[in-house]
Amino acid sequence: MDALPSYLDQSEAVRARFARIRQREVILEVRGLHKRYQSAQGETEALRDINFKVRRREFVCVIGPSGCGKSTLIRILAGLESHSAGDVLLDDKPVSGPGRDRGMVFQGYSLFPWLTVKKNVMFGPEISGFSHDSAEREARLWLDVVGLSKFADAYPHELSGGMRQRVAIARALVNQPRILLMDEPFGALDAQTRAKMQTHLLEIWRNLDITILFITHDLDEAIYLADRVLVLKAHPGEVQEVIEVPVPRPRLPGQFSSPEFRATKDRLEALIHPAEEDGDLSPALAEDSALQQHMIRFTDVADNVE
Amino acid sequence: MSLGFPAAIAHLPESRQRALLAVGSFLLPILVWCMISYLPFLWHPKVMVEEPGGVGYFQAGMLIDHADFAEQARQMREQGLALPSGIPANPIYLPAPHLVAKAFYTGFTTPPQGRDGVWLHESLWHSIQIIFWGFVISSLFGVPLGILGGTYTVLGRLQEPFIEFFRYLPAPAFGALAVAVLGIYDGPKIAIIVIGTFFQQVLVIANTTRKLEITLIEAARTLGTRGARLITKVVLPGILPDLYRDQRILLGWAWTYLIVAELIGTSSGITWYITQQARYQHFENVYAAIIIIGIIGFGSDLLLARLGRRLFPWDRTQERK
Repeated sequence: MDALPSYLDQSEAVRARFARIRQREVILEVRGLHKRYQSAQGETEALRDINFKVRRREFVCVIGPSGCGKSTLIRILAGLESHSAGDVLLDDKPVSGPGRDRGMVFQGYSLFPWLTVKKNVMFGPEISGFSHDSAEREARLWLDVVGLSKFADAYPHELSGGMRQRVAIARALVNQPRILLMDEPFGALDAQTRAKMQTHLLEIWRNLDITILFITHDLDEAIYLADRVLVLKAHPGEVQEVIEVPVPRPRLPGQFSSPEFRATKDRLEALIHPAEEDGDLSPALAEDSALQQHMIRFTDVADNVE
Repeated sequence: MSLGFPAAIAHLPESRQRALLAVGSFLLPILVWCMISYLPFLWHPKVMVEEPGGVGYFQAGMLIDHADFAEQARQMREQGLALPSGIPANPIYLPAPHLVAKAFYTGFTTPPQGRDGVWLHESLWHSIQIIFWGFVISSLFGVPLGILGGTYTVLGRLQEPFIEFFRYLPAPAFGALAVAVLGIYDGPKIAIIVIGTFFQQVLVIANTTRKLEITLIEAARTLGTRGARLITKVVLPGILPDLYRDQRILLGWAWTYLIVAELIGTSSGITWYITQQARYQHFENVYAAIIIIGIIGFGSDLLLARLGRRLFPWDRTQERK
């Protein structure tokens, strides 16, 4: 195998692009964010001193091992959970509670089952006082954007998982939020649908004035989608590294095997699944090795499958 | 877990199988009843006198225990008097199906006895009104309290301990109190239905409300919904199919309090009819009246279930039933 370039090496075009992104105004800023909560084992620190900025039309992915608090982070940004210290600034103004300026797409099916697809998308405009007609116009427009015009009058249960998430995206976008928060939105989809949805999301992002913060645990997904990847570590949740993805845009599925892609993935692997170097096993790893050691053999000794 | 159908009906489409089994579930108890009624060797612990013979106190149509009848027959034989004759019969409290079937018809065609008597259908209508008002009044308070208690933790924790306590108090125990407060006519009867339904209602509906997917509420909040509109736009429509199902079950609950409620104060409605008929030992009429209550309750529930499928086309849980 050829030696991979460093994930820090950027081609001229990529470097220029990041320079342009840094010129843009900051949409979301997180400053010294802490989250502590009381649990049965005493006080737990879910997030410690999180700092980052997201600029206009930037696509940022947050990745980390389970229990690193990435869901907690996005829920704090959405205003669904409180934080213990620090600031969340949207357009330099602190946010408190949920609001239309931050759209959210959940992992689970969050569509209102009693409303048709169109009425689901109309929910936001209607709640904020649009007339029925203009809400319907908006809904039709955004259903068109996600390619579901034909299903306007279907109920969510009649749609496939991927289509439901497209409706959820349209429902969030119709409010024209400053930033779109996505909490593992494709986590429950099968691999094929997920790949389609990723391409579709990039297509939407390319054509709209929208900034996206995207939570995932899938390394390929993060590299494929993101400009920058925010890597969290667990216990407590802290920013480990912010990686500028060196894979050039436009992104295509063929890039999964490109040297930049593989170099970035290697780095992410190393950050998220560190090799057992100094005998200081994390509790999760210790559990894994205990599992392997205690495997009992239930078959005949001579009956080998490998 | 449920297993499939037996081979005999396995080849039929599922809707047919279900219909057949539903009919069967009614035919089976009726069949048992017919066998006990029409097969003399099955039970028939009595003898119905046909000819009194020499026995002084026997009359045609009288029901006598087997042993007594045999004893009397032995005495007559010893005294050389005419022997009584009779046929095996069931006790008077178990009329045969055909008598009850006839009572269905005659119950509605027989004019009321006495000065202030009422027709059977008038009794029934009165009972239905008692149920209706009891259930409406209970729902008027129980449904909102249940939804609010299920939505707001503080309110739920404030109201539920007391309601949990109160629901163990038997509703009929409040009968005398209800009469003292509300008089002897319909007031206390409705009150008993309300007491019997309300407390269960608040708890059941609060529970249903709590089962609503929290993501739906969070999604609505990120779309800009807040305050009371979360309840009217999300919680209420979200739980509506389950709320409707709860209400159907609770309505059945209200029906079971009917008889006790109607015995309070002046007896009225179908209960008055039943007690009158039982007093005159017209047990076929008693059975007919009890079965009518069942038919009204079960029939209205079937109608409401069908209506529910129309009202909530998005409700997936109904398709599996």
